Parts: sequence; structure tokens; C-alpha cells
Amino acid sequence: MAKKVFGRPESLKETYFHYCPGCGHSIAHRLVAEVIDELGIRGTTIGVPPAGCAVLAYNYFDIDMLEAQHGRGPATATGIKRALPDRIVFSYQGDGDLAAIGMAESFHAANRGENITVIFINNAVYGMTGGQMAPTTMLDQRTTTSPAGRNKILDGYPVKVSEIFSQLQGTTYVERVTVNSPASVNKTKKALKKAFQCQIDGLGFSLVEILSPCPTNWKMTSVASCKWIDEVMSKEFPLGVFKDNIAAVKKPAEAAS
Amino acid sequence: MNKVLMSGNNIIAEAAIRAGCRFYAGYPITPQNELTEYMAEHMRNVEGGVFVQSESEIAAIHMIIGASATGARVMTSSSSPGISLKQEGISSMAACELPGVIVNIMRGGPGLGNIRPAQGDYFQATRGGGHGDYRTIVYGPATCQELADLTMNAFDLADLYRTPVMILADGMMGQMMEPVVFKKPKPRQYSEKFMLRGAGQGKSKFFRGLILDAIDMEEHNWKLERKYQVIIKKETLHEEYKTEDAELVIVAYGTAARIAKGAIKRLRENGMKVGLFRPITLWPFPELKLRALSKKVKNYLVFELSTGQMLDDVRLALQGYAAIDFHGRPGGVVPTPAELANVIARHYETID
Repeated sequence: MAKKVFGRPESLKETYFHYCPGCGHSIAHRLVAEVIDELGIRGTTIGVPPAGCAVLAYNYFDIDMLEAQHGRGPATATGIKRALPDRIVFSYQGDGDLAAIGMAESFHAANRGENITVIFINNAVYGMTGGQMAPTTMLDQRTTTSPAGRNKILDGYPVKVSEIFSQLQGTTYVERVTVNSPASVNKTKKALKKAFQCQIDGLGFSLVEILSPCPTNWKMTSVASCKWIDEVMSKEFPLGVFKDNIAAVKKPAEAAS
Repeated sequence: MNKVLMSGNNIIAEAAIRAGCRFYAGYPITPQNELTEYMAEHMRNVEGGVFVQSESEIAAIHMIIGASATGARVMTSSSSPGISLKQEGISSMAACELPGVIVNIMRGGPGLGNIRPAQGDYFQATRGGGHGDYRTIVYGPATCQELADLTMNAFDLADLYRTPVMILADGMMGQMMEPVVFKKPKPRQYSEKFMLRGAGQGKSKFFRGLILDAIDMEEHNWKLERKYQVIIKKETLHEEYKTEDAELVIVAYGTAARIAKGAIKRLRENGMKVGLFRPITLWPFPELKLRALSKKVKNYLVFELSTGQMLDDVRLALQGYAAIDFHGRPGGVVPTPAELANVIARHYETID
């Protein structure tokens, strides 16, 4: 008998993703679903999809989900989590959602140390609306609303979410990863698992920022997009763990119990 | 039942807690702060009670959306400029059919306006307020007792129709003190199938307002509309005061109706046959009841603390049936009953 080494996670519905070829969302979705399966939390998890390319995430995740308005995911997730503290709640957000229109909601949910997990897909553009400039668009990067390239005088600078959020006293775990190679996909899964475990253990706010290719709006091939993340994007947005207070938060919690 | 003396803002909060509200999110804004503060103080003493001071009005409405989806009874409150910010979420609640109570303690506007009592948000409240094709049930209480009773009713209607319900009061109602008796709340009836609590071993669910297929979206719009038609039929409330023999009827709601009542008492002492028609639900507006009254009474004076908003609904009900005039005091001016009596008396003398 052949040994099954790979299969569809139970937390993913039997359907095709609508995402473009080479998009990072489908990988991120699968990783989240795998982590939910492995942690045995499918029945207790409630997800909050954003406005953006992942707005239809409830067509893919086989878990309870509540759609949020653009940027309001962390506020909606706060409401769910405070009402049902023993459920696992995550918000899935893009760069426009988190770092532009929903910066206030995201920042303050993090600052309150809400015991939720935010999965942040950073692809440096507004994907669903057709490739406009995002808060995380790189300097000189051409988009439909920065046709001459992002100009720091007119448009400001790429917003570094992991760096900013790691400075907030309310956050426990913040890591930036990517999904442009098998090794980085494995690393991303580990980060997601750590973030969800952090929440399961009641240790506070966790955020995983995923640098994610958008070949369609970057106007590159899938392979070139993966390369661009290595050569350009990750220079502006360095990968790594920006904050890991899990052990420090755990200790007093254990001492108290 | 004991009678207690409380301020309007505190009464709304207490009635909400008694009605089973267990999640409140709000942001400071005058003249409704006592409501938020009361919730902060008292929600923590209630089992399962959650109070969150949000970073914005927008965050507050989206927090109650999250909690409402889990099946909690939820409330947020604000005053005019803050209610404008909440409209995105109110539209979402209507779309996703999530129950919740929103309190607007109105102040002078537009813009930042001032913090004096006003009724300039009638259009916003009764026409939906946010984007899209929807309505919100709107109560316009005029006494502290009504603040208590209608707040409790608001939670029941929100559940029954799975829709946001607004309490539309003003700075005067929020700040005034009157004795009040809290009635016994009805036991809650709300099906688990409308709650998101994790799929457990079963099938997963999702709640959404995004419906990309136009035919499906149209059907959703008609589904909501059918619900609104039931609400219009079943939930319309109004009060008539001394209309039996009236030659002139004042149409007013909330604080304006209180002032009108005081004015009518004075005018009646001077032999003037003036009555009051007071809508209690502002949406649905008691259109047919008002039209029915026009069989007896042919002269109406609409009085609002605005430049004339409910006036539109009165015209829709009475145009062609009776004579309609208007007196308004916008911007936070609250006339005394004696002042209004003078205005009404002058008007009374001009009618046939």
C-alpha cells in the first residue's frame, strides 16, 4: 500500500481557489487550514475574512466565518473573542486592509493585546481592485496609481507593519515570513502554528506577516515574482521574528496557576 | 416594582443590561457619555458582561457586529457625528441580518455642530443612514419611562427581525432625570442557527453581506424588503393626546413632543382646541394612523428641533388630506412650552 503523504486539509472545502496563478493566498489558506487541523481546533475556530482578494475565504475555509468590512477585521474579531473567549479567532487581512483603511482597528486590537491571531498578507499592491498603490508598495514601484513609481515625496514610505506592531506592548508574537519557496512555505507554517498556539495558550496578540507574490499586478511571471520577493521586497521588509514574548508571558501565567 | 430616579443616559444603559445586553462597545462623545460610563461601571458586575472602550465609533460598531454574530445581545451608543461614523457597520448589520441596538443621543449639527439637544438626524436614522437598500427600526422616546421600555423592546425587535434597531433621542432626553420603573424583560428567543460559535463537529457556517451575483443580491434585497413590510404592518407605534375634539394637531416626537404637550396644556386652559400626534416609531412612521386622523382634523403643525425632516413623512401621510404647517428650532435651541404656545396660538388664530 502506498503511504499518503499529502492531502487536502479537513478545514479546506472541496473547491477550487479563484486566485490567480502564482498568487500566495492559496498557499497561505492551505497552511492556515493545515495548522487548524493539526491543532485540532476546526470546531472551535472562527475566522474573519477581509475585503480584498481574500474576501471569499469563506468559500474555502470549512470553519465558521464572519465577513468584516474593509479594515475592520480586528474590531470584528475583538467582538467575537470577547464574547466567546474560549474560541480561536483569527483575522485574515491584506496590506490595504491592515495598514491603510484598517490601521486604527489593527493597531488598537494589537495594543489592547487581544488574544487573537492576525494573518497579514503583504503583496505590496491592492490586488482585487486592479493593482493600485498600497501602503506597503515599494519606493519606485509602479502601480496603476503610481504610474511613475512610488514617490516618497508625494506618497510617503512603505509601512513596516511587523516592525511597528512589535513595538506595541500588547503584542506577544510577531513574525515576517514568505511563501516563495518550499523552504519558506515550511517556515511560514511553523510561524502560523506558533501564532495559533500562542492564542490557544491565552498568551495574547499574534501577527504573522506573509510576503506574498502577486504576479498579475506586479506584471511578472510567477517565477520572477518569487525572485522579486528575495531580491527586492525582503530587502525592504526583512524576514524574521520581530517579537517573541511567548516564554515571558507564559511564566507569570504559569506562576499564577 | 420600585420607582427609581435616574438620568436618561443611565436609564438606557440599565434597561439594556436588564434586557440581557452582555456586550457594549463605545467611544466618548457628549452628550451621551453617562451611558458609556454606566456600562463601564455595571457591565463588569454582570455575568458574561463585556465592556470595551473602542478606539473609534467605527471600531465600536464592528465590535458589536462580531459579538452579535456569536449570539450575544449587543449595544453601542453615540451622538450625531459618531453615528455618522457607525453607518458603515449599521449597513453591514442590516445586510448580514445581525441584531443589535444603536443609541443616538442627538446634538446640534451638521458637522461637529454643538452639544445641545437637536433632532437633525431624523433623515439619517429613518432612511437607513448608510449605503444600500435597507431600513432601521427607529424609536423616538419622549419620557424617561419610554427610554426604559423602548430600550427593552428594541432588543426584542432586533432579535425578532434580525436587524439593527436605533433609539433616537437627544441631549435633553439623555441628560434629564425622571422617576422610572423597569419592567420585567421578556425571556429571549433567538435560534442558535443564527449564531456563529465554531462549527463543532457539524457543518461550518458563514455570515456575509457580499453577494456578487446580481440575481442573488436582488433576491436578498427583496427578502429584506419583505421583512420591512412586516415591520411596517406590525410594529408601528404612536400616541394621540387630546385629538378627540382638536381643531389643530401638533405633530412632534421626542423632546419636541414634550414641549408641545406643555404648550397644549396651556392652550387648552385658554380654550384652544389643540392636540398632539406623537410618532413613537419614527421608522416605520405611523403614516396610516395620521391619515386616519385627517378624517376628523384638517389642520396640522409639525414641530421639530430641526429645519423640517419628519415634515417630509407628515407630508407623505397628509398631503392632499389636510393643511400642513411647520415650526422648527434647529441648532440646539430648545424653546420653552410657553414660547411654543405663543407660536401655536398665533397659528391657531389663522385657521378656519
